[in-house]
Amino acid sequence: MQQPGRAAEIKAIGIGKSFGSFRALDDLTLDIGRGEFLTLLGPSGSGKTTFLMILAGFIQPTDGRLYSDGVDITERPAEQRAAGMVFQGYALFPHMSVEANIAFPLKVRKRSSDEIKRRVGEMIERVGLKGHEKKLPSQLSGGQQQRVALARALVFEPGVLLLDEPFSALDKGLRGQMQAEMKRLHQETGTTFVFVTHDQSEALALSSRVAIFNHGKLLQVGAPDEVYDRPANRFVAEFLGEINMLPLKGVRNADNGATGLCEDRTISLRGNASAVGSNAILAIRPEYMSIAPEAAAGENGIAATAVASTYLGAATRLDLTTRQGAKVTVSVPNEVAASALSKGNSVWLTWPAEKGFLLPDGGQ
Amino acid sequence: MKAYFSDRMGAALLMAPLLLFLGAAYAWPFFGVVNWSFTLPEPGLGQYGTLLSDPLVQSVFVRTLRIAAIVTIVSVAAAYAITVVWVRGTPAQRVVAEFCILVPFWISVLTRAFGWVALLSNRGLFNTWLQAIGFISEPLTLVRNEFGVIVGMTHFLIPFAVFPLASSMRGLDDRVLLAARGLGSSRMRTFWSVFVPMTRSGIIGSALIVFVFSLGFFVTPAILGGGRSVMIAELIYLRIFQSPDWGLGAAISVVLVLFVGALMALLFRYVRPKQLI
Repeated sequence: MQQPGRAAEIKAIGIGKSFGSFRALDDLTLDIGRGEFLTLLGPSGSGKTTFLMILAGFIQPTDGRLYSDGVDITERPAEQRAAGMVFQGYALFPHMSVEANIAFPLKVRKRSSDEIKRRVGEMIERVGLKGHEKKLPSQLSGGQQQRVALARALVFEPGVLLLDEPFSALDKGLRGQMQAEMKRLHQETGTTFVFVTHDQSEALALSSRVAIFNHGKLLQVGAPDEVYDRPANRFVAEFLGEINMLPLKGVRNADNGATGLCEDRTISLRGNASAVGSNAILAIRPEYMSIAPEAAAGENGIAATAVASTYLGAATRLDLTTRQGAKVTVSVPNEVAASALSKGNSVWLTWPAEKGFLLPDGGQ
Repeated sequence: MKAYFSDRMGAALLMAPLLLFLGAAYAWPFFGVVNWSFTLPEPGLGQYGTLLSDPLVQSVFVRTLRIAAIVTIVSVAAAYAITVVWVRGTPAQRVVAEFCILVPFWISVLTRAFGWVALLSNRGLFNTWLQAIGFISEPLTLVRNEFGVIVGMTHFLIPFAVFPLASSMRGLDDRVLLAARGLGSSRMRTFWSVFVPMTRSGIIGSALIVFVFSLGFFVTPAILGGGRSVMIAELIYLRIFQSPDWGLGAAISVVLVLFVGALMALLFRYVRPKQLI
């Protein structure tokens, strides 16, 4: 049992879950540190929600063990795990007032009425719901219901707070506001947060670490900049944002990373050639590429022709085609895009060596 | 199809036969009954005065309300248990529950009433068994009294109580129940403080339906009450068919219809008609 007010440390070892012949989660091993904000990210059906439900105790894993603060809780029922949980759609008790919803976990724990009153009052204050105590959930806006759900899940000071796509029903402005609020609550409470989402920008903005799932497998765990800049494979690279991928031949290790040939130019980049073989993929995020009239000898660059542009306000997204027909997207200042398009002929795409990385060719 | 039915004229035409039938078979004769209540044996409010002063009529009203109330409580409680199994049980449990709910519908109300007589009478199965195992020496009076009536009516009405309950249980968001458990609530507590309150509209709907049906029950109380615990419908029958007291029978009918009408109005404030099937 987690101590109230103390963040929990969770260890999952070889967790697997099958529903009939469907393997929802396969051999997942993951440490969740005390007080960290971990995001489980992946497309729907990737196993992220299944893992969250296993953490909550609503689903029993078919294989593996789960430890909380060193204690095996694999078989412990949900009601005894006492993880705070915020559901998609909030799952508030529709027949109870805001106050009664938040008091519920304390009443279940048979706390004194003085304590319940004090803690509920503090929590209502903290999530900014003062004046709404007596209202029913149906009388609240989506953002307010979200706050009730957070307050209800945090009021009993759980060791871990589990959040299942809590912002999916909110509009964009409110979503940003709630994300900031959640970050603040995480800092204030110091509780371990495990957050499920399929929105990569949300994951990168909120978490101390991101765990990326696909087809029931955990593909990579790391800090947001780590997974974004150094994805372990093609799926992670593509899922976390736009990325340009170019075929690279004759890949070999060099002094500071690797080199290879891309459309007859020698390119230097990060990565280990022995891990990918001589034919691989060169990956570069669009925001790291710039447009230049020439590429200096020894500089990373390939020739391309601008074919279309999309005005984004702050910048312009430019679609280009290389000489050998590969498609590249860059995001550049508006005037650069205009001049690149007006030339109608070849421009050079350049990027710093450390921003390009190697991915294995084909498959994942 | 949609456009066709949303056309008001078309809808009116489709409903016309039913409305005509109801008008001719129910509304028109009922106006005749209302008319009798004010004119037989002589014009005036005499029969309504009798209704307020006659101790026999009043005792029948009180008994009817009492029986209806008990039947309502027992039926809704039993139906609630069956419905939980039917809606939320394992597939095998659901089949069994469905069977228990539907089979009574296929058996005539008369057959069921006589079935209970056979089970509950002094020389019926229950008394014979209880005497055989030496549990009692004299037969218990289980029939031709209010107990028998309540048993028979409850048995008949449970399936009707099931449907509004099932509809409210089906509409319930499972995540709310998961949330309760995740917040530390035991299964028992989750049931009583989350599940039951969330099916409140179903409970009200089902209680009102059973209560309204109970008020007008005729066959079951007539057979299982054996003339000793007469309810309103039987009293009306006796006034009209076995005595020349048509005016009083009519006045009781009018009061019953008004009372049931008021309850129905209350019912539809809580449940939508489609929840009842």
